[in-house]
Amino acid sequence: MLDGVGASISGVDTAMSDMHPDQTIALQASGTASVQPVPRHQPIIPGSHDDGTLVEDPGLRAPLVLGERSFNDVTNTVCGYAEAPMPKIWLTAFTITSSIAAIATGMILYLIITGVGVWGLNNQVDWAWDITNFVFWIGIGHAGTLISAILCLLKQNWRTAVNRAAEAMTIFAVICAGIFPGIHVGRVWFAWFLAPVPNSNGIWPNFRSPLLWDVFAVSTYATVSLLFWYMGMIPDLATLRDRAAIRLHKGVSRGFKMPTPIGDGLALHFMPKPDQIRVLIYGVMSLGWRFSSRHWHRYEKAYLMLAGISTPLVLSVHSIVSFDFATSVIPGWHTTIFPPYFVAGAVFGGFAMVLWLMIPLRMFLPNFSDLLTLRHLENMAKIILLTGTMVGFAYAMEFFIAWYGANEYEFSVFANNRVNPAKAPYWWAYWTMITCNVAFPQLFWFRRFRQSPLVIWIVASAVTVGMWFERFVIIVTSIHRAFLPGEWHMFFPTYVDILTFVGSCGIFMTLFLLFLKFLPTFALSELKIVMPQSHTDDHH
Amino acid sequence: MMTTAADYFPMLLRKQAPKFVTESGNPVYGIVAEFDETPKVFKAAAQVRDAGYSKWDVHTPFPIHDMEEAMGIKTTKLPLMAGGAALTGLCIAVVLQWGTTDILYPTVVQGKPFEAWQPFVPIMFELAILCTAFMCIFGMLALNGLPRWHHPLFSHERFYRVGNDRFFISIESSDPNFDPVKTKQLLEKAGGTDITLVEDVK
Repeated sequence: MLDGVGASISGVDTAMSDMHPDQTIALQASGTASVQPVPRHQPIIPGSHDDGTLVEDPGLRAPLVLGERSFNDVTNTVCGYAEAPMPKIWLTAFTITSSIAAIATGMILYLIITGVGVWGLNNQVDWAWDITNFVFWIGIGHAGTLISAILCLLKQNWRTAVNRAAEAMTIFAVICAGIFPGIHVGRVWFAWFLAPVPNSNGIWPNFRSPLLWDVFAVSTYATVSLLFWYMGMIPDLATLRDRAAIRLHKGVSRGFKMPTPIGDGLALHFMPKPDQIRVLIYGVMSLGWRFSSRHWHRYEKAYLMLAGISTPLVLSVHSIVSFDFATSVIPGWHTTIFPPYFVAGAVFGGFAMVLWLMIPLRMFLPNFSDLLTLRHLENMAKIILLTGTMVGFAYAMEFFIAWYGANEYEFSVFANNRVNPAKAPYWWAYWTMITCNVAFPQLFWFRRFRQSPLVIWIVASAVTVGMWFERFVIIVTSIHRAFLPGEWHMFFPTYVDILTFVGSCGIFMTLFLLFLKFLPTFALSELKIVMPQSHTDDHH
Repeated sequence: MMTTAADYFPMLLRKQAPKFVTESGNPVYGIVAEFDETPKVFKAAAQVRDAGYSKWDVHTPFPIHDMEEAMGIKTTKLPLMAGGAALTGLCIAVVLQWGTTDILYPTVVQGKPFEAWQPFVPIMFELAILCTAFMCIFGMLALNGLPRWHHPLFSHERFYRVGNDRFFISIESSDPNFDPVKTKQLLEKAGGTDITLVEDVK
């Protein structure tokens, strides 16, 4: 089908694939051969930036895995990174991010010991960075389930390139989100009041409050996302288990080495071999999966049902988060557009974060660009453009209704608290939001920009910043001025506010780096389904 | 149903004497044949199905499209179970919210009515989803007889390639049609290579 493209593929080194695969694995594991299959020369089409996936002919299907890779190559690419010794660059990054995460831990402890007064909150602005960060992270956590669930139901095969990483990102973002409502309640040791458990006070949580719906929505979302992610990983963990077992059996396992900043690492002979640890941990986590077709049948049914229920779930979660604001009677919050507006914004911010994380990954791990092609990036750029435009429409409609609704307080929040630089002290926050979320994505109308990883990455960074500002604008500019001018207060973050947020980014990145190193970053079995060799007819 | 229970609670069943035993005295689990391409294993599966076997399986690195048909697998009851779980979650939410808000501990909050159903909808929805998700994954695992520590197939070294790029057909010795010679011939004819007798090593 893709003869023209296939013929021009150059530089695919087949030396590795000619060898007997067992021997290849043995060589790779013993360090006598590179762990990865030989990288494909880029670009595939000489003289262009096209890697062969940007075909515009609707009659042609862009290949989802490049470089004429075999199943074994794909397994080696994905598992190879999880099995190789920790690279220096990974250790460096991990040291930095985990130090930042430690700062968050310190700040949270300081907050708990001292009280919420260490934040910049005041009588008027009683929700600020804490809830901004909560909504920011929970919003980022929406892309994973969207990619896994909605794109699965829509039979978008290209999702296989990003779904695992996006689901992982979802869970880590939800973890970061969960921190903030937990610690902002003041007396953290009473946070269990949120749970509906019988207690001697004779008081139950108020089920008529959106704040409690939020507790249920976010905890359900975290649980279901975790289950979905884990279930998808079971077969791939079994692959990692089996590969470690093969190496142990053939006696080609590396010994345990403690990484050191300089040199090759310190060999520790009393420690078990990494492969022994892998067989145990991956073995337990893969639950004895043996790739049976009878199991696959139920597995696929379960996956489809999870996708089916996750779709309304993902839409409900951010709707319910928006109810926290929309059911109140505060001008600027009391708006019926909030649920769809929040959901579109969450998908928007989540996709931006996926791109922001995956584009550098393609650069550092060259073989990943076989699995995560320019076409995948372009597709996601189109979703950014679509959701960005929806968000832009929501901003405009919100403003229009504030005027058309003829409620002077509502209109005043927009005009005097947000938009007008002459009157609104937070005008810069509002206009940062508009620039980042509405203006930047418009670049993607041009094919050249949606096909350039650098431009996509810059836009993704801008959108991430813009989405944080969106929540800041919604929360702080609405409440910093009440009906009496005597109640007007600005919000100034303290260093604890700032470092807690920075630290939460550290927690997120630390968890993501751990995922990159120790778990299968791509959904192996799903990638294999979209490869031509998986077809049951002979002529492929 | 019984086979599922047997998979999951093997300790509850009386052990049957093994039909076939190897020279070393271990019972025979079955015969395993290896395939290297998707179309080959797909065609072979249809042949094994047509030969009338019932206790057999195809092991593949990824779910093969239409394999259910090629193997003659009946559709799973998992969706029905998930539906039951959804209703259970819904009922839990109804009892929890009405029970505490309207009946057991009615507390006046902003004059909101106790018995209005509208505010209870979000949590009804969330709990229904939560229970369905639990049933999807744990029900799937239970029907599959997982998790389990070991399986006789894992004593076959070549089988460890199944997660990478190899396909296997295993026919169990407990199948009424199983015959060490004839079953092997069938798998040979179907194009299997490295056909091996797998022992159930204790």
